[in-house]
Amino acid sequence: MMQQGLLLAALLFAIGLAGVLIRRNILFMLMSIEIMLNAAGLAFVAAGAGWGQPDGQVVFIFILTMAGAEVAIGLALVLQIYRRFRTLDADELSRMKG
Amino acid sequence: MNVPFFIAAAVAVFSTLMVITRRNAVHALLYLIVSLLSVAVVLFVIGAPFVAALEVIIYAGAIMVLFVFVVMILNIGPRTANQEGVWMAPEMWVGPAFLSTVLLGEFAYILTTSGGGSAGMRVVDAAEVGVSLFVSYLLGVELASMLLFAGVVGAYHLGSRGSRIAAKGGRK
Amino acid sequence: MRDLLWLVPLLPFAGFALLIFAGARMPQRLAAFVGTGSIGIAALLSLLIARDVTTTGTPVFSQHLWTWVRVGGFEPAMALYLDALSVVMMLVITCVGFLIHLYAVEYMKKDEGFGRFFAYMNLFIGFMLVLVLADNLFLLYLGWEGVGLCSYLLIGFWYADPANGYAARKAFVVTRVGDSAMAVGVFLIFTHLGTLRIQEMLLTAQQQWPAGSALAITAAALLLAGAVGKSAQLPLQTWLPDAMAGPTPVSALIHSATMVTAGVYLIARLHLLFELAPPVQAAVAIIGALTLVIAGLSALVQRDIKRILAYSTISQIGYMFLGLGAGAWAASVFHLMTHAFFKSLLFLGAGAVILALDHEQEISKMGGLRSRMPFVFWPFVIGSASLSALPFVTAGFYSKELILRSVWSAGTLGPWLWLAGAAGALITSLYSFRLVFTVFYGAPKSPVTGQTGMPMVAPLIVLSVLSVAGGLAAWPSDSSGQGALSVFLSGVLPSVAELPQGGLDLLLQVIAATASVGGIFIAYIFFVRSPELADRLAERKGILQLVQRFWYSGWGFDTLYDTLVVRPFIRFTGIIRNDLLDLFFEGAAWYSEIFHRLLSATQTGRMRWYALWIAAGVVIIIGVVVFR
Repeated sequence: MMQQGLLLAALLFAIGLAGVLIRRNILFMLMSIEIMLNAAGLAFVAAGAGWGQPDGQVVFIFILTMAGAEVAIGLALVLQIYRRFRTLDADELSRMKG
Repeated sequence: MNVPFFIAAAVAVFSTLMVITRRNAVHALLYLIVSLLSVAVVLFVIGAPFVAALEVIIYAGAIMVLFVFVVMILNIGPRTANQEGVWMAPEMWVGPAFLSTVLLGEFAYILTTSGGGSAGMRVVDAAEVGVSLFVSYLLGVELASMLLFAGVVGAYHLGSRGSRIAAKGGRK
Repeated sequence: MRDLLWLVPLLPFAGFALLIFAGARMPQRLAAFVGTGSIGIAALLSLLIARDVTTTGTPVFSQHLWTWVRVGGFEPAMALYLDALSVVMMLVITCVGFLIHLYAVEYMKKDEGFGRFFAYMNLFIGFMLVLVLADNLFLLYLGWEGVGLCSYLLIGFWYADPANGYAARKAFVVTRVGDSAMAVGVFLIFTHLGTLRIQEMLLTAQQQWPAGSALAITAAALLLAGAVGKSAQLPLQTWLPDAMAGPTPVSALIHSATMVTAGVYLIARLHLLFELAPPVQAAVAIIGALTLVIAGLSALVQRDIKRILAYSTISQIGYMFLGLGAGAWAASVFHLMTHAFFKSLLFLGAGAVILALDHEQEISKMGGLRSRMPFVFWPFVIGSASLSALPFVTAGFYSKELILRSVWSAGTLGPWLWLAGAAGALITSLYSFRLVFTVFYGAPKSPVTGQTGMPMVAPLIVLSVLSVAGGLAAWPSDSSGQGALSVFLSGVLPSVAELPQGGLDLLLQVIAATASVGGIFIAYIFFVRSPELADRLAERKGILQLVQRFWYSGWGFDTLYDTLVVRPFIRFTGIIRNDLLDLFFEGAAWYSEIFHRLLSATQTGRMRWYALWIAAGVVIIIGVVVFR
């Protein structure tokens, strides 16, 4: 049971990773990161359930907290980027080149 | 052979795939919400009802709503769908797909070859989680609250229109 | 008095030191005083020491100053050695040097490098004195190199013009070839004979090396190479005509009276060694004969007044070599002395002409100076007469005749060598009087600007007197019938040449004398009586034109060396310009640059690119950990 849960988490994580790498729009990249975070949390809970301990769920709560803070700031940054550069293309934002 | 688990898992995988391949941001968001909900079902099935509820309330309920609001503000949607289509040309898929597949393969290998030690299915309810949280992981709770505080302040500053950050720098 | 010998080389060095540090800040008068005074006092001292050595007691004097180097068995000393030969050389160097310095005070008075000039001239005289007074070959080599250096400094004196620097470099490099061979010869001598002190070395050589042995021949041949380089003989004569780029007093001092005679001095000093190597001695004579003819013919067609005199110098030193090769050591030294007198006279006179005509050196642009510059004309004629060996009245006659007489009986080649010498006499008088008639007779072609001052005229007059009175050194002073100078030198340089007997002797002398006078006469016809003959000859195309151009270029030696040596060398240096060791360091720089390019290409500034690489890194690390 735990193994299947972990497999599912791995699958979702891989899909999220592909999404981060393929999408050019920053918003979509953030969405894909959320998918990855969710998958990681799922893995923790599955493992915790497998061992019959609440520790997995506790970590999931922490991950949730962190994801919330991260989304808040990330979206605020997206707004700033849009205001300043008028585009959400990640490849445009390459002033750190070289 | 837990049927609800498999059905929910299938829905989750399918909707996640949909998320990363949509051109319209709103569509992608909706698929993402579906994905989160199905993951909540999975969580419930494997005996973690508390976090299943949290997943629905906080993840699908708060975080996704933030996303929706931002999409509304930036007005991404049907307008930029064409652009997204151009950016997602088939040849761009090769590298990421390959990397993800390799990663998945490695995970699968690890998970299947190392024996899983299952102590049997047990529902770990909210009370147990709460006790563990506020007794063993108290420090983590305090740190998480500080993180949230930083998040609030940062988000307020970065997001405010006409802030000094927007005024200076930037154009140079 | 002889104990003051060490002062003689020291005074010029002191003059150099003073002038090189303070010369630019001194008023010109003071610099002239220091420069000329140091040589003047040295000359006075030389005269006094010479009188002391010749009239009292031992004719040989050795003064050990200090031990220079002490390494194992090698202990050369700073020691001076005075015998008849060095007395003659010392007197010539200091006295003629003093006259030239005096002349140069007037000649260089408008030059900004006045102090520097006299510093270098003093340094030169100092080194030359070291060369001739040296007790051992090591010290002699020091003087040898020193005069080479000063010659470079003085030829390239007007360094702002790169052509002068090139001429100076050429002189230095060509003589260097000879110097290197000489150094090897010195090493050889030291290795096999164990000592470099000249007198000891000669004694040991005579004991250890049988006549004609391979070692003696090699050592003598190497030393000959050095002499050939310094004295501008075949095949290393190419530097001297170009060395005329220096100021005229330099040409007078270095390239007529002193430095180029260093080779002659070397061979004379080490004559015992050369007697042990008959093939080398024969080579000396042959080189001398060839050089004097070749240089003489080249002088005949030159158009620059100084180049004519330069080729003339090469030719006259050929005479000295001829004499040395025949074994007439004293005769060659005698010719060295008279040559110093008349050649420096000619150069100084030429300098006066050049200066008066505002730096004009082409003889075709000169003429009619006989009446306008009488104080230069008469000394110049006397000098040319001495050069042409005008019979009986000039010193040149006696010295040249002595050499020619000694050559006839020198081995199987004797008559041929004599023929070369006699032909050379004809050519010599031809070109020297061509010069006289073209410059001083005929219609004036350039205006004379300025007077020739007394400091320039006085040396000319003194040298003219010497060019004539020098012949007195050939008058027999005792019953042996030999000249006074030969007797004086006989302790050091016993002549091994046989003089021809009776009637043959007289015949040979008459022929030689006729050759000299005949040359003057022919020059008179071509250049005074009917100059149109010469012009017509010059204009005739064809073989004559080719010959003239061939002689003009110094028999093509410059082109020969250019193609054989200079060009391949330059090409070779071009090939190894990027030398292998450099490749190592350059390679390091090149590799870092490639790495830099590679690494900066990874910093695209694009987020997705970074994310891709992070993901790839993670995959790889997990793979490594898991699949170990």
